[in-house]
Amino acid sequence: MLHIINKSPLDRPAFDSALKTGEGAILLIEDGVYAAAKGGVVEPKLKAAMGKFKFYALTPDLEARGIADRLIEGVTTVDYAGFVDLVAEYKTSQSWL
Amino acid sequence: MKFAILVNEGPYTHQASDTAFQFAKAVLAKGHEIFRIFFYHDGVNNATRLTTPPQDDRNIVNRWSKLAEEHNLDMVVCVAAAQRRGIVDEGEMKRNGKDATNLAPGFRISGLGQLVEAGIQADRLVVFGD
Amino acid sequence: MSTTKQFMFVNRKAPYGTIYAWESLEVVLIAAAFEQDVSMAFLDDGVYQLKKGHQTKGIEVKAFEKTFGALEDYDVTKIYVDQESLTERGLTTDDLALPVEVFSRAELGKLMEAQDVLLSF
Repeated sequence: MLHIINKSPLDRPAFDSALKTGEGAILLIEDGVYAAAKGGVVEPKLKAAMGKFKFYALTPDLEARGIADRLIEGVTTVDYAGFVDLVAEYKTSQSWL
Repeated sequence: MKFAILVNEGPYTHQASDTAFQFAKAVLAKGHEIFRIFFYHDGVNNATRLTTPPQDDRNIVNRWSKLAEEHNLDMVVCVAAAQRRGIVDEGEMKRNGKDATNLAPGFRISGLGQLVEAGIQADRLVVFGD
Repeated sequence: MSTTKQFMFVNRKAPYGTIYAWESLEVVLIAAAFEQDVSMAFLDDGVYQLKKGHQTKGIEVKAFEKTFGALEDYDVTKIYVDQESLTERGLTTDDLALPVEVFSRAELGKLMEAQDVLLSF
C-alpha cells in the first residue's frame, strides 16, 4: 500500500500512526516532508522504519521549505510525475490526513 | 490508467488544492485519464468564481477551470457541501431561493453518488485534504 | 453499475471539532446505497466519534450519533476499531454507541491493504 503523509511529524500524529500500520511505501508531501529532514528527533524513527517501508519525499515540497539539502539517506526524492507513478504502482493509497 | 481525485480543502488555506492540481496535471502529462475530480467539504470553495487573489500569485479557481477546459475534465462539487458553504449554480439558486450564482466555469454541482461512482470506475482514487 | 468494490472509510478525527466525521458518514450511506462492500475503520481520534452520549445542545451543532444507528439499516455492519487507539484514550467497547470489531493496528493494516478504495476525510 502507498501511504501518503502531508502533515509535519511533530505537529500531527499522522506520521507515527502510519508507521504502525501496514507496510509498503510512504510518500511524504506538503508539510509531511519535514519527516525526511536530518538531525531532528524524527530521523531515528524514520530510519528504524526503513525495514518496513520505502520512503519517498516530494521534491517541490522539500525545495519550497528549504530542506532539500538535508535529506535523510535512503529517502528517495520524486517529482509530481514520480508521485503519479507511485500511485499507479500500488493498488491503493491511504492519505493520512 | 483511470484516476479519480478527491479534494477535501478549499483554495489557499491548505496546500491540498495546490497539490491536487499539480498531481492532476502530472497524471494527464503521463498520458493517463482522469475520470473525475470531486470536491468535498471545504473543497467546494475551489469552485467559486468570485475570488480575486493577488496578481502575483496563482489563481487557483481559474487554473482548475482552465485545466478542465483544456482536457475536458469532469469536475464535480458535492451538492450538500456546496449548499452548506454557499456555492451556487442556476439550479441551486432557483431551488433554494438565492439571489445569485457563483459557480466557476468547468465545475458542476452534483451528489455524493458521483464520488462513489468515481471510486468504482477509476483504477486509482487519491485523496487530498487536511 | 454492476461492479462491487470494497470501500473502506478511514476515520481518524474527533467529532464536532471539525466536520469531517459527519460529512464522511454521509458518503458511507451513499456508498452502501450503491450496494458497495462498505467497511469503516476508526483509528486515532476517530474512535471518539463512536463514544456514546453525544449531547450537542450546548454547542448548538446537529448531533449525529443517531446516524451511526442507521448504518445497520444500510447493511453497513463492518465497523472496525483499533485497540490501541481505544486504550490510549481510556475507552473500552462499553463506551461505544454500536457493536464493533476490535483489531490490532497490524490487523487493521492488513484489512486496509485488502481494500479496492480507501477514503479518508
